[in-house]
Amino acid sequence: MANQPKIDIRTSPYIRKAPTVAEIMRNVVYALLPLAAYAIYQFGISALALMIVTVLSCISTEHLFCKLSDKKTTIGDASAIITGLLLAMTLPPGFPLWMGAVAGFVAIAMGKTLFGGLGFNVFNPALVGRAFIQAAFPVSITTWTPALATDRFIEFIPSTLALPFMKPVATAEWTAQVSIDGFSGATPLALMKFQGIMSDSMDLFLGLTAGSTGETSSLLILICGAYLVYKNMLDWRIPAAVIFGTALSAECLYLLDPTKYPTAGFMVFSGGLMFAAVFMASDMVASPVTPKGIFVFGLLVGFLTVIIRLFGGLTEAVMYAILFGNAATPLIESYTQPRIYGGK
Amino acid sequence: MNLFSLFGKKTFPKGIHPEGFKEETHDHQARRLPFPTQVILPLSQNIGKPAASIVHVGQQVQRGELIAKADGFMSVPLHSSVTGTVKKIDLVPNARGGKEQAIFIDTALSSTQSLLAHTPVDFEKMSRKEIIQAVQNTGMVGLGGASFPTHVKMNIPDDCNIHTILINGCECEPFLTTDHRIMLEQVEYLIRGIRIAMKSVDAPKAIIGVEDNKINVLEAIKKHLPDDGSISIEAVVTKYPQGAEKMLVYSLLGEEIPSGKLPSSIGVAIFNVATLAAIGELLPLKQALIERIVTITGDDLNKPGNYLVPLGTPLSHILEHAEFTGNEAELILGGPMMGMPAGFLNTPVKKGTGAVLVLDKRATKRDDILPCIKCSQCLQACPINLNPSELGMLAAKRQYDVMEEKYHLNDCFDCGCCSYVCPSNIPLVQYFRIAKTLNRERHMMESH
Repeated sequence: MANQPKIDIRTSPYIRKAPTVAEIMRNVVYALLPLAAYAIYQFGISALALMIVTVLSCISTEHLFCKLSDKKTTIGDASAIITGLLLAMTLPPGFPLWMGAVAGFVAIAMGKTLFGGLGFNVFNPALVGRAFIQAAFPVSITTWTPALATDRFIEFIPSTLALPFMKPVATAEWTAQVSIDGFSGATPLALMKFQGIMSDSMDLFLGLTAGSTGETSSLLILICGAYLVYKNMLDWRIPAAVIFGTALSAECLYLLDPTKYPTAGFMVFSGGLMFAAVFMASDMVASPVTPKGIFVFGLLVGFLTVIIRLFGGLTEAVMYAILFGNAATPLIESYTQPRIYGGK
Repeated sequence: MNLFSLFGKKTFPKGIHPEGFKEETHDHQARRLPFPTQVILPLSQNIGKPAASIVHVGQQVQRGELIAKADGFMSVPLHSSVTGTVKKIDLVPNARGGKEQAIFIDTALSSTQSLLAHTPVDFEKMSRKEIIQAVQNTGMVGLGGASFPTHVKMNIPDDCNIHTILINGCECEPFLTTDHRIMLEQVEYLIRGIRIAMKSVDAPKAIIGVEDNKINVLEAIKKHLPDDGSISIEAVVTKYPQGAEKMLVYSLLGEEIPSGKLPSSIGVAIFNVATLAAIGELLPLKQALIERIVTITGDDLNKPGNYLVPLGTPLSHILEHAEFTGNEAELILGGPMMGMPAGFLNTPVKKGTGAVLVLDKRATKRDDILPCIKCSQCLQACPINLNPSELGMLAAKRQYDVMEEKYHLNDCFDCGCCSYVCPSNIPLVQYFRIAKTLNRERHMMESH
């Protein structure tokens, strides 16, 4: 020993092996990118612009609030990017950009920073933002435009560039003009609910129907989710429980009256259910950590989704179901603490 | 019923799989470390009461001679690890951050360091009581790191009937290979020690549990097992903390030790392989524990390996002989998951010190503590099935009483899996240690 070494003191354990929070968040962003790319392929530059606006809005809101509260900025952990992307994916592709910016602001401001930032939010911030604009702009958020329009890469959907605080631009005429096969402007859920028309489950699975920007292809969503599960950054039990809860509730009703209620397959693959189950309900912060709690949470979200879809006034029910599940999380956890080794 | 055993693999649920780094020393046969010029022997080498010194400054002592006697039943005697002169009885820093009384002995440089001899005894002819007394006389404590007096463990209450003893050869901590070497090099001592332990608790059966990363141990020991089948050896899955008492009981027997109870409550006693090998070697010769095998390993060492180290050897002597080349490091007594930090180079090797681990580049250094994102990784790692996430949030709010009453804090045995997997880098197990200590102090205040 040449000279007296410097001795560092810590308590055990001295080794760790865990991805950092930022690494986890970055990987979730990576998992969302293929969905974003597919959405852009389907809906063109309008979808791209919408994503850019919501992401920028989320990041700048978080930065602003950190500055206001004299904290070091937390945008480096990439969680605001996730919120922005998730938000854009749940909006109609032709959603006016300024409304997207408002949604991003509300999501981060009211859904996240007011509670204390990442780790303290009670609700999924993206859904808080979406719930707000669902109430504020009910027409725009239910105005759907067709996928794969011919000029989608050079031309915005007219409503995208609506001026702030202006009434939404009507897209019906534009839709009629670009659509080839008589696009009805209704999502499969709306068709089911208001006209009693069932879409083909396979079309739903592959994403060949109308819907929000990033939630149309169940197949792609599952692949992206599988990547995160493989990286151990997504708890597969949550989506599995939500899907199971939805299928179970839907199947029960279907068996009661097959003429009135849709099949479990339709319920699982339509609307934002798959996207919400994989990317929204699984928001770590706002979902239970206890094994039994995760199952209860999933069943609850699935059940509420089916109930709201079939008996509520709205078609896109999964958002409210998850917000409700988020609110119930502390209660669920307190009743589902794990049985310890050697315990009763 | 242990579900895992259905698939032929004996293990417990959850836990973690840290990288082992054992190949750096597991082929290194134990070699004797040269005697240091001075040994420092703290009187407290065990859980319970420290030994009481019976030597005075200037006294000549021989290697193996009693220098401090057991102070009651919850105490073990201490023997000199060198032939030499008592230099002083003074305070020395301990791993808990405080100081403790120790006997400093200057090694007689010209001495042959021969052992004080005794008349051998035949343990087969001894009664249970006599064996327990003889074990106490060896000064034996749990060599796996817990340092619990072995004779106290053997003194099973009359209403408990021990049907099986488990011998813990898992060595689940990364880096450590002392138990591995002992199971290869001291098989006969080990088997004899097992028979002594079986006799001491009147158990008809013994099972040695070894992690399946030590296949050569299984082969080595199987040859020496008695024909009557009373002693068997089982492979368990390599996983941390397989060597924890509660985990090993579950892996081998499929049973759980009830919360807050001792293993004897379900008819089991558990001993570490190093402890029993030492008893098997020392007890028949009426000798005492004065040295032990220590894995010296980690970063920046030219000569890592397993060394037979006299108790009381200061770390500076060890680092010198293992040829430490760095200029900054963490010195850890034990493994990287549960070992104690040593802050001074004169910190001595004690009876419970199974390893000296020098960590520098392989230590994980992160100082950012982020809020819990409730990823539930800690719940999926905790072998006791606690909710470390919730416990951590309660600890941050200093609700130590709630942690204990509602979230089973006292069942935590500090394995550190929760801290190991936390992406937010929350020092969970460190919080829990503080909480447990403060709760103990509070209960003591209340009871006075």
